[in-house]
Amino acid sequence: MTPDLECTALTRRFGDTLAVDDVSFSVPAGSFFSILGPSGCGKTTIMRMIAGFLEPTSGDIAIKGRSVLDVPPNKRPVNMVFQHLALFPMMNIEANIGYGLRRAGMSKGEIARKVDEVLDRIGLPGVGKRKVDELSGGQRQRIAIARCMVLEPDVLLLDEPLGALDLKLRERMKIELKSLQAEFDTTFVYITHDQSEALVMSDHIAVMNKGRFEQVGSGQDLYYRPETPFVASFVGESNRWRGTVERTDGDTVQLRTDTGLTMRAAAKGQAAKGASVDIFVRPEAIRLGRDAADLAQFDNLLSGTTSSLLFNGAASRIIVTSDETGGEVEVTLPQSGEFADLKRGAPVHIGWSAAQANCFSAGED
Amino acid sequence: MKIILRTLTAGVATTALLAGAAQADTLRLLTWGGYAPENVIEKFEAETGHTVEVTMSNNEEMIAKLRATGGGGFDLAQPSQDRIAGPQAEFGIYKPIDMSQIKTELFVPSMLDATKANSTVDGEIYAVPHIWGTSGLIVNTADAETVKDYTDLCDPSLEGKVSYRLKRPTLIGFAFSMGLDPFAAYGDEAAYTEIMDQVEAKLVECKPVVKTYWTGGDELLNLVRSGEVVAAMAWDTGGWKLNSDNADINFVAPTSGALGWIDTFVLPAKGQSDQAAYDYINFVMQPEIAAMITESAGNFTASKGADEFASDELKAQYQGSFPAEAVDNIKWYPPVPAGLEVIEGGILDRVKAAQ
Amino acid sequence: MAASARLGFILLLMPLLLWLTLLIIIPHVDMALLSLRERVGVGEYETSIANYKTVLTEPLYMRTFMRTAVMSIMATLITLLIAFPVSYYIAKMVRGRARSVLFLLCLIPFWVSELVRTFGWMILLRETGVISQFLQWSGVVSGPVEMLYNDAAIMTGLVYTSMLFMVVPLVTTLDSLDDAVIEAGYDLGGSGWSVMREIVIPHAVPGIVSGCIVVFMLSLGNYLTPTMLGGKDSLWFTEMIYSQFIVRFNWELGAAFGFMLLFASSFIIWAMLRLTGQTLERTMG
Repeated sequence: MTPDLECTALTRRFGDTLAVDDVSFSVPAGSFFSILGPSGCGKTTIMRMIAGFLEPTSGDIAIKGRSVLDVPPNKRPVNMVFQHLALFPMMNIEANIGYGLRRAGMSKGEIARKVDEVLDRIGLPGVGKRKVDELSGGQRQRIAIARCMVLEPDVLLLDEPLGALDLKLRERMKIELKSLQAEFDTTFVYITHDQSEALVMSDHIAVMNKGRFEQVGSGQDLYYRPETPFVASFVGESNRWRGTVERTDGDTVQLRTDTGLTMRAAAKGQAAKGASVDIFVRPEAIRLGRDAADLAQFDNLLSGTTSSLLFNGAASRIIVTSDETGGEVEVTLPQSGEFADLKRGAPVHIGWSAAQANCFSAGED
Repeated sequence: MKIILRTLTAGVATTALLAGAAQADTLRLLTWGGYAPENVIEKFEAETGHTVEVTMSNNEEMIAKLRATGGGGFDLAQPSQDRIAGPQAEFGIYKPIDMSQIKTELFVPSMLDATKANSTVDGEIYAVPHIWGTSGLIVNTADAETVKDYTDLCDPSLEGKVSYRLKRPTLIGFAFSMGLDPFAAYGDEAAYTEIMDQVEAKLVECKPVVKTYWTGGDELLNLVRSGEVVAAMAWDTGGWKLNSDNADINFVAPTSGALGWIDTFVLPAKGQSDQAAYDYINFVMQPEIAAMITESAGNFTASKGADEFASDELKAQYQGSFPAEAVDNIKWYPPVPAGLEVIEGGILDRVKAAQ
Repeated sequence: MAASARLGFILLLMPLLLWLTLLIIIPHVDMALLSLRERVGVGEYETSIANYKTVLTEPLYMRTFMRTAVMSIMATLITLLIAFPVSYYIAKMVRGRARSVLFLLCLIPFWVSELVRTFGWMILLRETGVISQFLQWSGVVSGPVEMLYNDAAIMTGLVYTSMLFMVVPLVTTLDSLDDAVIEAGYDLGGSGWSVMREIVIPHAVPGIVSGCIVVFMLSLGNYLTPTMLGGKDSLWFTEMIYSQFIVRFNWELGAAFGFMLLFASSFIIWAMLRLTGQTLERTMG
């Protein structure tokens, strides 16, 4: 089956800067594809090239198998939800949604029917006559999507549309966006710098950095099996150490961090003896115990003292200082309540498996 | 409202008085361009210790300014002698002149007497003469030697090359040139209206020939100098100035008579430094000072003996434009009765609007 | 405390009140009273509406007024037509330095007085002027051409004089239009023309209206440009007011003219606002 969107060796230069550097990817029909990256990584440039507002320096963009490089933005079967939504403030909701249909030359009656239908589908029947500024942020979000979806595009581009919303609403909109995508059964290409948005909604995520894709995969892939140190550090939280390999044993390596901790870790790529490496261990992958014996099954064990408590509801952590070396480790506090009485200075034992410690040969960053 | 206004006016007046008293020897002079040249002012200030502030204007604006302030804001003004009696009777903007303060021996007697007679209201004298001149025709003889009188400005062969002002001297000049006597009808509104109606018809008929109605002296001089205009109705001095640059152009006294005017000295009703004003009048009427003014303004003064100091070129130009019979033929403006402007105004508006 | 706050408020308000009363209200009341006087003899006046009757019954005055109004409206429309693309270019097409430079270029003519600017046009348009000589030199015409002293010259001068007052509000409103909204217009299938008509122009309406009001008022109240460039046929209403006040000493009729102009221009602006569905607060605030 032809993918809905396929980019081949897409490159874009701005003067001397290479904003997008030889990026290739394809998005299967009906899927939710996210491009995740820090600001300035080139994700917006990709999106604007797909929408047609920018010409690629080289490479090709194909939609449903046909190159669209020669197609102007108003003729591309692609629509875009803008960062600040860009609803037309001079028109009411009905006119906003009907705008594209009017441009397509549809009859008035047909437009009215389609607008009502799409308003029903996004769960906002009867708001057609209202002004844009009479709606709440979440409602406007849905209108912006409906305005595009009513045109039945092959691909819908979304440029960080949740960025302007407050936290609570953003959480709700994540779920809503996902269900809208299922409802319309259209390919969504979503760009964001917020990993949680990408992880929650996407079928596939491309992590982008400095104009290149670092890794493309499902949320689980990126989280559990990062392929580059950038992905490991950008997706989710990690304890990060720099260390030296002391011994290799197949995919597992024995190493010592610069802070003095020794541990066993899973090597990703080359890791020869004596090589300098970066190690990433997620705080939630570390088990906490009152007794060293409880943690016997783990490859790495450490005894220490609770040096601080970072209470943050479900994401509460503690910092454990190793008795032996003084190195610090961030550990997620289990919410089962067994450590609810943990105090500062209390002795604890922690343990994690080698498979949960990802080790990359130390890069330039 | 009235009370507030009065209080405000009183307040402003008091402040003005205090300010005036502090520097009583500042002379605020409202005059024409060229009448108060820099060198004369400097000499006057050095000699008397008074300081002079000069504001340049024209007849209508002078009266409008004085009317707006009830005769305040200036200490000495120089309207034409035909604009003294009417506005004084109507608006009371001048104060009588104390003739004992004036050195009458400096004036040409006939001119002083004429001005005194023309500016007398209720037995009080309101003006003394300063500068006189005429208006007539400026003709470029190379292109328009046929122009001898005002009505010749209607010659279709001169289409687009003629200019005059849309003001009362034009109405008067055309009336004389058409064989009518507007001055004789000054006292009779009906007769005057009839004369003016004929003039209106003539001016409307002549309009297609006109390039533009000029409004400023420099504008006209430019038009004639560039050759865009070959015949115009204007002041004698303008013609003489152009004659110095181009011998083909000169001032011509029209066959029906040039129109003679005398610009005067008057004291505005609320003037605050009468002494400085009298000093100034007596100063500029000295023959050698008067000659300096003639040099700057281009016109002769009412100062006795000043002509001897005038430049030979100017004298020659004057004699060229005014043979003896032309001097006798000059029509001197009598005082304009109040209210005449309204009749003329309607005529001028209609001429302007005519297509 | 409350008393002193109140005192402070009154003190802060004083300059505005003084300004309004001394420079706006009192002169207008005075003018209104003046316009209701009729001269019946030397220095004698009576209250009457004779002046207004004269204005309304003398076809000359009404014609001049209508002509002034129509020409001003035309000047406003032409200014808008020229200023809109210029403003759009400044607000949306150029960035950074080029933008400031362009804006400055619009401003430069206003560093000299209106008189000098009008003289500039006279030098260009007169019979012995630059354009006429160029046309003769290039052989397009055989003799000198007079381009001054006609309605087209008045129009040129008015448009030129008003340009900045249209460009500034237009640039301001166009600037406030998010580029993404224009892009959205294209993205959803709009063509250049339809984006302009449905998105850019509706957004710019407050700027268009406020620019038009200012330019219209400036043109209507302009004195120098029409008299200097229009010559013998200029027939501008302000010229009539000037001549009634200054040349004819007929302040009473002049005041009535002034009030006619005030009422009529207020009416035209009101109609303009009604027509475009704008309010004064939206366009001026």
